[in-house]
Amino acid sequence: MDCYTANWNPLGEEAFYRKFELYTMEWGLKEDLRDCLVAAAPYGGPIALLKNNAKKEKSPSTRPLLEIYSASGLLLASIPWKSGQLVQLGWTASEDLLCIQEDGTVLIYNLFCEFKRHFSMGNEVLQNHVLEAKVFHTEYGTGVAILTGAHRFSLTTNIDDLKLRRMPEVPGLQKPPSCWAVLTQDRVTIVLLAVGQDLYLLDNTSCSVVTPPGMSPSAGAYLQMAVSFNYRCLALFTDTGYIWMGLATLKDKFCEFNSTIRSPPKQMVWCSRPRSRQRAVVLAWERQLMVAGNSTECIRFVLDEDSYLVPEPDGVRILSRTSHEFLHEIPEASQEIFKIASMAPGALLLEAQKEYEKESQKADEYLREIKDQKLLPEAVSQCIEAAGYEHEPETQKSLLRAASFGKCFIDKFPPESFVRMCQDLRVLNSIRDYQIGIPLTFTQYKRLTIEVLLDRLVLRRLYPLAIRICEYLRLPEIQGVSRILAHWACYKVQQKDKSDEEVAYAINQKLGDTPGISYSEIAARAYDCGRTELAIKLLEYEPRSGEQVPLLLKMKRSKLALSKAIESGDTDLVYTVVLHLKNELNRGTFFMTLQNQPVALSLYRQFCKHQERETLKDLYNQDDNHQELGNFHVHSSYSEKRIEGRVGALQNAVDEYYKAKNEFAAKATEDQIKLLRLQRHLQEDFDKPYLDLSLHNTVSTLIQDGHHKKAEQLYREFKIPDKRYWWLKISALATRGDWEEMEKFSKSKKSPIGYLPFVEIAVKHHNRYEAKKYAPRVTPEQRVKAFILVGYVGCLSLERQGGTGELEIRLGLMAAGGSWCSSTPRAVGLGYSGRIREALILLLPLGAARGATQTPLFSPHGGK
Amino acid sequence: MASTARRDAPEPPDFGILKRLARDQLIYLLEQLPGRKDLFIEPDLMSPLDRIANVSVLKQHEVDKLYRVENRPAPSSSDQLCFLVRPRVRTMRYIADVVNADKMSGRSRKYKIIFSPQKFYACEMVLEEEGVFGDVTCDEWSFYLLPLDEDIISMELPEFFRDYFLEGDHRWINSVARALQLLNSLYGPFSRAYGIGRCAKMSYELWRDLEEESESDGQGRKPEIGNIFLMDRDMDYVTALCSQVVYEGLVDDTFRIKCGSVDFGPEVTSSDKSIKVLLNAQDKIFSQIRNEHFSSVFGFLSQKSRNLQAQYDRRQGMDIKQMKNFVSQELKGLKQEHRLLSLHIGACESIMKKKTKQDFQEMIKVEHALLEGFDIRESASFIEEHIDRQVSPIESLRLMCLLSITENGLIPKDYRSLKTQYLQSYGPEHLLTFHNLKHIGLLTEQTAGETLTAVESRVSKLVTDRAAGKITDAFNSLAKKSNFRAISKKLSLIPRVDGEYNLKMPRDMAYVFSGAYTPLSCKIIEQVLERRGWQGLEEVVRLLNGSEFAMADGGLEEGAGGDAQRVVLAVFLGGCTFSEIAALRFLGKERGCRFIFLTTAITSSARMMEAMAEAKA
Repeated sequence: MDCYTANWNPLGEEAFYRKFELYTMEWGLKEDLRDCLVAAAPYGGPIALLKNNAKKEKSPSTRPLLEIYSASGLLLASIPWKSGQLVQLGWTASEDLLCIQEDGTVLIYNLFCEFKRHFSMGNEVLQNHVLEAKVFHTEYGTGVAILTGAHRFSLTTNIDDLKLRRMPEVPGLQKPPSCWAVLTQDRVTIVLLAVGQDLYLLDNTSCSVVTPPGMSPSAGAYLQMAVSFNYRCLALFTDTGYIWMGLATLKDKFCEFNSTIRSPPKQMVWCSRPRSRQRAVVLAWERQLMVAGNSTECIRFVLDEDSYLVPEPDGVRILSRTSHEFLHEIPEASQEIFKIASMAPGALLLEAQKEYEKESQKADEYLREIKDQKLLPEAVSQCIEAAGYEHEPETQKSLLRAASFGKCFIDKFPPESFVRMCQDLRVLNSIRDYQIGIPLTFTQYKRLTIEVLLDRLVLRRLYPLAIRICEYLRLPEIQGVSRILAHWACYKVQQKDKSDEEVAYAINQKLGDTPGISYSEIAARAYDCGRTELAIKLLEYEPRSGEQVPLLLKMKRSKLALSKAIESGDTDLVYTVVLHLKNELNRGTFFMTLQNQPVALSLYRQFCKHQERETLKDLYNQDDNHQELGNFHVHSSYSEKRIEGRVGALQNAVDEYYKAKNEFAAKATEDQIKLLRLQRHLQEDFDKPYLDLSLHNTVSTLIQDGHHKKAEQLYREFKIPDKRYWWLKISALATRGDWEEMEKFSKSKKSPIGYLPFVEIAVKHHNRYEAKKYAPRVTPEQRVKAFILVGYVGCLSLERQGGTGELEIRLGLMAAGGSWCSSTPRAVGLGYSGRIREALILLLPLGAARGATQTPLFSPHGGK
Repeated sequence: MASTARRDAPEPPDFGILKRLARDQLIYLLEQLPGRKDLFIEPDLMSPLDRIANVSVLKQHEVDKLYRVENRPAPSSSDQLCFLVRPRVRTMRYIADVVNADKMSGRSRKYKIIFSPQKFYACEMVLEEEGVFGDVTCDEWSFYLLPLDEDIISMELPEFFRDYFLEGDHRWINSVARALQLLNSLYGPFSRAYGIGRCAKMSYELWRDLEEESESDGQGRKPEIGNIFLMDRDMDYVTALCSQVVYEGLVDDTFRIKCGSVDFGPEVTSSDKSIKVLLNAQDKIFSQIRNEHFSSVFGFLSQKSRNLQAQYDRRQGMDIKQMKNFVSQELKGLKQEHRLLSLHIGACESIMKKKTKQDFQEMIKVEHALLEGFDIRESASFIEEHIDRQVSPIESLRLMCLLSITENGLIPKDYRSLKTQYLQSYGPEHLLTFHNLKHIGLLTEQTAGETLTAVESRVSKLVTDRAAGKITDAFNSLAKKSNFRAISKKLSLIPRVDGEYNLKMPRDMAYVFSGAYTPLSCKIIEQVLERRGWQGLEEVVRLLNGSEFAMADGGLEEGAGGDAQRVVLAVFLGGCTFSEIAALRFLGKERGCRFIFLTTAITSSARMMEAMAEAKA
């Protein structure tokens, strides 16, 4: 451990910087980096290289080659570049490669050099060509800024929602600016550019000259500028070797430094970690690397070979042909522990643990020292935190071991932070492996979040590792494993060398019923790749039939879609398919399809009934459903205003009913036609509405109006049964009050309904005199009933009228009358006359009772 | 259920939350259209809405005027119109007409349609075809469940019966499944589920699918309802067709209970006004007589009025202080009781008057004869006379159906003559009504030597596959047989009577039909709950030709779940009658369990017949 701080370089009083190797590059690069277009994505992202770009002569053999490497230099993919001259490469936030051509076209490729799409930066750019381009990231997404040959700036802040903005002109700008950068302040994207000794700020509408505060007047012309990762800091380099560092808003200066090197650096980037007071920039020249900050001294490294700087939120990655290094400021926790002669609690704890391993009693002394200051929890926390900043597993382990050792001496130290760190480090170490090649630091990892990291693994098609991580971190299946499996399956369907069966089987084997898996999404992907059969096979695994339907429709498997929709039980879905089919198929086929799907047919019929009645007819026609056709015509006869129209519609119905072999309905409808015609005549003859009356009511009305002959005629013509006719006639006569005619009628022949109805009907019309006439003619069995009707009902009703609503009386009456409902079939026996008698008997005592409570406290009808 | 010791039935869960949920959502939806607006309400949503939110609540949320959705142009002058409607094509046309009329006159307003309980694609299709889809905004008011009483929840979808059973329209199944999902999430999880009927099975399966998709597990919550029983109305038409004789059923048959309340007309109130009365467990008088056989009601009311009188009489002999106490504390309650008592007495009188006029006794006699299967010829001629005399179109139709369904169809001669007579009495448009009744299996013709049932049920056993099941479903109404007689024998639905049936102290559910018949639907529920499944009922199931099912959540301990296991949610798809409710309440009291009723709507024989009638357009 003595040599642990060997690579620490102090900058000023407090800060140390260290540079260590992440990977030995495996890429075996023959070219110099300076001859290539290079773009490396932040957060340990992939590296894109375009070789042979500079060469103008385009012989096929020396065509530019686009290559994408992992951060460890493993080749992910490469393609010969066949499109136009490239000016700039860049990565989007979702790790897609942006290739910006001279003509302003931007081509988007994925990690594996598969073309995704392209867009153009507009006509202005097309005409004047791209001079320089920059890719930048804001909260809106990934943006592209272009400096055109006409020295104008065009930019878009989000390439996924393309809105081109042309920045205002810089007055008097004749040559390209010496340097420029994109800034974002208060959600507005602006461009800062330097022309000689002047700085200009371009926003949406205007161009203004700005001067950084505290800028030395003799600084000279600007050569280079750098904006920090978070857009908060700005560094300016002038031709006198002077470096100004301050806020990007140009409101404040942090510090300045004189490098004494007058040639412009190849690259200048910020190197600072979040929440650090120390701010420094890293400058790279051909053979020299310099870290400059708030100190009169600076740190210098010698560069053995051509290098490329990649800014990260907490440091700088340095790429060269042979190695990949990381330069960063030592975090506080590490400093505390490892600084030479540090007495910080973490340092003591680490020491104590080491002594403990050596079985030395010094362990106890160190421990006591920490415990006496009551700093043990802090010591443990420090060790845990510092472990996160270490790249070497050995160092991580020793720090964690110390933390674990310290934990034993504390009551109830919450274990989460320790466990969490162990897990995080395990994940980090596994992705840092050179096979994977994602050199994330702990800080970057926390910023990126585990979800994004998983996405990136998926993007690199590292499915097994991603799943392992999910399982290891016990992420919920829907967020974790399922999502990754779904991505895997979407990738799997693109493998054209395997048969549909194989792929479908493999996918189902792996995915099974994992919750949160949408087979329909995978199927949609398969369909997008032109594998319809595979898509259908995959849909079979989709448990929610509702999800299957839209895709089946899209694939023009409408019939299958229809049966799936029906299976889902979701009628809206059925309607969707039916309507789709209606537009897609010709009418005949459409109807045929429906005939095989009764549920859909019923639904469509329901719709037609209200919205397209004519279609309904066609449907029945197609089906030779004469019964329904008949019904249809009957129905439509209702809406016919003119009688001829109605008769016509009904005649159609008759024909259909005969075809349907429904003679009853046909006959009934024929009768109806006959009746309609007759009613029209009656209406004309008697100038009274007869139309739409039923046969019964027609005859009844005729009798009531005294047209007995006509009534007789209808009776015969329509074969009205005798019983009905007698019932009908006597009630009509009674209503008319034609008792004479009634008597005549009663004597015309023997009544088929007996004579009790005569009595009843007369009583109903309060004509007891007439009722009495018929009572003797009633058959002996019913005669008592007849007499009671004639004699006692009146008396009963009198009693009722006399009642003042006294509750008891009314209840008594009801109890008497209510026996009907208490009767079981066998107990019905009491009969009509019995009931009345019972009522009378009951009435007597109640009547007396009524007298007793002559002055009721209240009247039940709320008199008071 | 198996316990013999009589336990008190558990209290029903509090369904008030359903109302609160519905009200809150409605208010939220109204707020979505800020500013003053006129509200158009579908007529049959008015009563349910009234139970959820009154006019002042609507006014609070800037509803200006209220209109009914009807076939007249809207006189509204507001700039914002909000339509609260059922998802029906007809209504969509109305709205489209309103919008198009505005367009013609160059008027621009905001239109919002709130569908209850859910939006159907067909509605959007109509709006699109009428060219107004872009002019309106649509929303859903998921008002699936209206608690009518402490143990009755209604979906208030009377059209369910016709739509599903007659038209084969499956739209509402989704609503049922959603309603079950809601109840399950609030009062479940239901650990046992039973059911019979195709619709029941589909609803159940769809509900299970919804549960799986939503992934919200109700684990860890204490269930309030442990069992659920789903039944299709077409499993038992007979019960629904019988004349009701328990008080609540009679009130419904006579006055039509609408959404838990009834309008008592002047003949009941003995004044010149109608009074709207809420009929539920809160009504102290009503709650004691609602389930009673009508014959016992008089005795009770009479006793009650005597007691009431006695209470009033107490005030004679009181000194001033006591009197003051009496007036301040008791009088109000007594007055209220008095008011209710006189209303119910008035209702009884009115029922009596009406029933006596129609020769009710004869009719009951015929009904009982039909149920028992004797004197068929006499019954048939009674029905014919009934038709000839134009007593009541709906009653005649009901009796014809009852005859058909108990006899497995009418003999061809009767089939023709009764129909002819009916058409002569009530007009030829009923030709279509008869077609509907035949289609649904309520009024059919016997065909010689037909014993298809065995084959049919074998076929339906074979096609257990879901999709296939649904295909055959559409055909199931064809050649459908009721097999009522055989079922009745199997389940002994006609109680053997030794001596007179004591209606005051009933011993079984048959009391709801004067001891003549035990309602089939309730009997099935009783048997299945008792057996915890369908074992031993195979023959009945075969005769019913229904898709029965029984599911139990695995790992359920005997007696676990406590009271919830004694609460049964009885779901009637296509409606249930008050007689069935009374019968099951009785059963619950006997067995110490509580039935909660979920029905697509309260139904009655008249409502069923009206649903089948083909109205002149």
